[in-house]
Amino acid sequence: MADLGEGGGGGGHKKGPGVKKGKKLNTRVDLTPMVDLGFLLITFFIFTTTMSTPTVMKLFLPKDTEKPEEQNKAKESGALTIMLGKDRNVFYYEGILADNGSNFKSTDFKGIRDVILNKKKNTDPKDLVIVIKPSKDSKFRDVVDALDEMTINDVKRYALVDISEPEMQLINATQGVAPATPQQ
Amino acid sequence: MGRPKIARKSTWVDMTAFCDVAFLLLSFFILTTKFKAPEAISVVTPSSVSSKTAEDQDQCLVTISPDGRVFISYSEEERRMEVVDDLNKRLNLQLSEADLKKASKAEFFASSLSTLKSFVNLPAEQRNGKSLPGIPCVDSTHNEVTEWIASTSSVFLGQKLNLMVKGDKDVPYPIFKNVIDAFKKNDQMKFQIITNQEPIPAGSPLSEKQRAGEKLSD
Repeated sequence: MADLGEGGGGGGHKKGPGVKKGKKLNTRVDLTPMVDLGFLLITFFIFTTTMSTPTVMKLFLPKDTEKPEEQNKAKESGALTIMLGKDRNVFYYEGILADNGSNFKSTDFKGIRDVILNKKKNTDPKDLVIVIKPSKDSKFRDVVDALDEMTINDVKRYALVDISEPEMQLINATQGVAPATPQQ
Repeated sequence: MGRPKIARKSTWVDMTAFCDVAFLLLSFFILTTKFKAPEAISVVTPSSVSSKTAEDQDQCLVTISPDGRVFISYSEEERRMEVVDDLNKRLNLQLSEADLKKASKAEFFASSLSTLKSFVNLPAEQRNGKSLPGIPCVDSTHNEVTEWIASTSSVFLGQKLNLMVKGDKDVPYPIFKNVIDAFKKNDQMKFQIITNQEPIPAGSPLSEKQRAGEKLSD
């Protein structure tokens, strides 16, 4: 198969008359099928090899302290609180939540990056702290995405905090669902 | 007036070299292929921009399935035995020497502490992730993951421990919170979340940093 036509004859030049020679056997082996097989197996192994090795995201938790003087303080001006709601909804407010909820805004994972970048531009890097508050309805993926957003936007100080009741109520009001439907 | 004769050349191509290359590549791929270890349960991990690869030694892996069941596995067999032994002594689970041996063969643990004895005695083929209840981790008062992590920290005391969480992307947050609360209670403040790598979004501060050649933090 590696040659075209020409029969199986091998490299015969004509022998002169009367020259009798023992028939030389052609020792050339056609390797084409073997190559075929080789590449077939290669393709198999390429496709079955797991290309994506899992990566890890490191997370350091702060120690919970009871004493208020040991707790990390965040300056009001530099704080941005991000809340994760149901169906990948994201809510945020800057500083302290107003009593009437006037600074409570809603966005999604695409919009939150601009919010963070804006906040970063307008605040002293020393004071910037982002508080992530996942609600009961949020999924693990949302939390990881939010933490990832901190890496992407190069935010040095951020915290994972439990959501408070007024915030939960505001989220429920915005999402238009009955408060706290237990999952499964 | 004959046409000039064109010498008929043989079209035979020597395949030997080609064959050599094919099999060289083949052996390379065979040797580098790592077959996926049998997993407790299949989970789809969320993605992050982190590019650090997971270490596969000295690990204590907490897997959370999409329906919120929690599994614990250890990479080393002797560690499994030591952790179960510690649990046994501390909480008086009445496991025998033979049970401990069997526990070291278990790829993962997925039962409450009270049924741990029958769990380790299950035949290996019945030990699949679909039917097992998982480690109870409902709320802060009934969280057995805390006990597991407590034993893990005492077994790994002074040694390197890669504490990892592998959760499905659809795990409800409260379950994940219970798991990290269990870590916190045992002063395990450092852990890793297993993710899939995704590209860094263009134009973000991280991609600028990367372009500037700065080392990316983990």
